[in-house]
Amino acid sequence: MSLFQITLTIAMAVLSLCLLLTAIRFAIGPTLPDRITAFDLIVANVIGIIAIYTEYSGNEDFLDVAIILSVFGFLGSITFAYYIMRINH
Amino acid sequence: MLQDYELQVIKEVVSCVLILGGVTFMFIATIGLLRFPDFYTRMSAITKGSSLGVGLILIGLGIYFNQPDIMLKVLAIIAFTFITAPVAAHVIARTAVRNRSPFWSKTNLKEFKPYLDKEHLEKVKNHDMYRAEAEAQVEQKPNGGGDT
Repeated sequence: MSLFQITLTIAMAVLSLCLLLTAIRFAIGPTLPDRITAFDLIVANVIGIIAIYTEYSGNEDFLDVAIILSVFGFLGSITFAYYIMRINH
Repeated sequence: MLQDYELQVIKEVVSCVLILGGVTFMFIATIGLLRFPDFYTRMSAITKGSSLGVGLILIGLGIYFNQPDIMLKVLAIIAFTFITAPVAAHVIARTAVRNRSPFWSKTNLKEFKPYLDKEHLEKVKNHDMYRAEAEAQVEQKPNGGGDT
């Protein structure tokens, strides 16, 4: 196991820990905007995990998944924000 | 042969350093999300930290593969993230201000006060405002949700 693979494993472990902590904030978030920001960070974390897995496996097709995920994460945040705006006005 | 080997080692080392830097920024952003006392400070921590972390991780990936088409995809993802993350943060923070999301008690609101007074947003609601509103609506309409 080379130094590169050890680094990728450490990075994957730390990103998984980040996902767990974000899920805690998603569960206890007092208001709905807190949960939307937690969702934003979950999407960013998953993009990072996909990038590291692309590097780990050497299969470069997974990058398309990251592109689509970045687009849909933005759409999800905007949609939730307008939803909250609508139900209160 | 020796030059190819050295190029491989250099690519791996540079990619390792960039990925570890990006992961560190991501972890700091997550700790900020979990520990900050206020919605707005959490929002600022996430927007900056996660943008920089994702950018560094993806640049490390592009350097490791060392091909033009992958670098183009990586730059596309980075450009889209850097454009859309501030926009999304702005929209969500504006929605939170409109919904009277509470500020931290030590926040300096001196210059923000006239806007709140002008928009009639001076009263700050509690944390569990959605639950309180739902209970109030249920009490007003005991027959159940007729109109949704």
